[in-house]
Amino acid sequence: MLQERVPDLSRRLSEFVEPDRVRREVYTDPAIFELEMQRIHERVWIYCGHESQVPKTGDYYAVQIGRQPMVMVRGADGKVNVLYNRCPHRGNMMVGDRHGSSGEFFRCSYHAWTFHHDGRLRSIPMMESGYAGTRYGKDNPDCSMKHAARVENYRGFVFASLSPEGPSLVDFLGKAIVAFDDMCDRAPQGEVEIVPNCFRVIQKSNWKIFLENQLDALHPSVTHQSTGRAAHEVEKDIEKKTGHAPLSYHMLSAFATVTIDKWDNFQTLNYPHGHCILTGYMGLRPKDPDTLAYEKTLVDAYGQKRMEEILGVNIHHVLIYPGLSVQSPLQQLRAVRPLGVDRTLTEIWHFRLKGAPEAIYRRSLAYYNLVNSPATLVNADDLENFWKCHQGLSSEGGDWVSFARHFGRDLQKGEVVETAANCGTSEAPMRNQMKAWARYMAAQ
Amino acid sequence: MDLQHEVEQFLYRQSELLDTKQWQAWIALFADDGVYWMPADPAHTHWDGVPSIFAEDKNLMNVRMKRVLHPDAWSQRPLWGTNHVVSNIIIESYDSGEIVVRSRFHMMELRRDDVRHFAGAYRHLLKKTADGYRIKLQRVDMTNAQAAYDYVLQVWV
Repeated sequence: MLQERVPDLSRRLSEFVEPDRVRREVYTDPAIFELEMQRIHERVWIYCGHESQVPKTGDYYAVQIGRQPMVMVRGADGKVNVLYNRCPHRGNMMVGDRHGSSGEFFRCSYHAWTFHHDGRLRSIPMMESGYAGTRYGKDNPDCSMKHAARVENYRGFVFASLSPEGPSLVDFLGKAIVAFDDMCDRAPQGEVEIVPNCFRVIQKSNWKIFLENQLDALHPSVTHQSTGRAAHEVEKDIEKKTGHAPLSYHMLSAFATVTIDKWDNFQTLNYPHGHCILTGYMGLRPKDPDTLAYEKTLVDAYGQKRMEEILGVNIHHVLIYPGLSVQSPLQQLRAVRPLGVDRTLTEIWHFRLKGAPEAIYRRSLAYYNLVNSPATLVNADDLENFWKCHQGLSSEGGDWVSFARHFGRDLQKGEVVETAANCGTSEAPMRNQMKAWARYMAAQ
Repeated sequence: MDLQHEVEQFLYRQSELLDTKQWQAWIALFADDGVYWMPADPAHTHWDGVPSIFAEDKNLMNVRMKRVLHPDAWSQRPLWGTNHVVSNIIIESYDSGEIVVRSRFHMMELRRDDVRHFAGAYRHLLKKTADGYRIKLQRVDMTNAQAAYDYVLQVWV
């Protein structure tokens, strides 16, 4: 019996994914998880962080890429580097904290080898007497900290790939690059900066369950009904008393007021490499004085026509497979760090629009606190579902996960798969993600 | 009754209301403009305008209460309960009816079969009213606030 349950991956991988369904082992098998880390996370472009997290030379942030502990660090030349967090001497991690400053150079806490911020060896104590005649020394690249094969920065967002081969970051992102353009364009200065520090929440479920939920337009009115109802009641109370409730109540009450049948009005756009966009405008353009003042700053910076274009972008979420969910109109993102087959860390960040009025920052901050903090009024129920999904998939009560909703009705337009009209709750994003998954996993 | 004793009794009663899930009575301990605040960063000095784990006025407290009482609050379906111990109660200042009190807490939480521990410091700004003390600001500096959360917090700590 035990033997039968050990998968022969080379033979069976192609059998795990069908166009409208996926085998449960894809979520629960530790061997498949290991292979995912090798063939997906440690090859493709993974989001490391925003350059404003490391403003000064020597500032660093530790980041996990697949199973590799990495460190993102600002070099003396201003460039942001991504290095393996490992001393080439005896393997000691170079930094033990999540973030901080390494000063003018990295210095290993074990034997005081030092390194420049691009990873090059700087010094070894008594190097001449200790290493003369050995294979080790300044000219040996094995004496430097290893760096990520490729690092690219798009509008301040730093990505690394641990594979020397593959598409450039811009080609990899494709149309999903709008996540960063939309976020930055909304800033009168065309840039965003990080709001320290991130919220970190662990989900007791496979990483893909989270990604599938992000663009699942059917779940909000079911999963988040309790919060929608509660917020709606209080919103009405406030309106009765003061005539106007903050926008954050509207965002929460939408879970109840947008009934289950209305979510079909949304649309998803599904791109190569597993990326997807969920459209849906979140009522972010009320005619209140704060919004009007903000619009004026954009008109001053870009002119009326461009302002209308910028604020007219219709995006709810952008999912960048396999590890990033961006809510650009609210300047927040969630980075997914798989910790194990059944444990996933999410790092949730908020950004400030440079040059925008304080009120606009506070509006998205309210959403960040209410939805994305560790005391979230929303994600608590998602995480409960994720855990239950993972437990259910670990059972032998069934072999398949179904992604058949509106299957066969998708519209193929070149490289893009669009959901048809009134099919917003289509499981096309999950099908698209699994298509990318199967392609990555098949590549040796 | 001396002030120290009154304040201690107030804090004990507040934690008792949490552990017995008397949310409405717990919210009623706050002044109308009262705020419950758990900073995301211990260096923050004001609850407004910074990322916070909790930053709730009474309206938001009501949303949280109504949510957990809703029959479809799925995350509240499993067995869930807490036990608070409050101690080290020090009156920091007392001035014209406003009192600043520091204390330490330890909360054990049971959810399904999992036990979690949270501990830290409370700092209450209390005002004396005809109906007893009311909380103008409760600041909660949780020692494990900075660590990654294994699951989330659903109710006030």
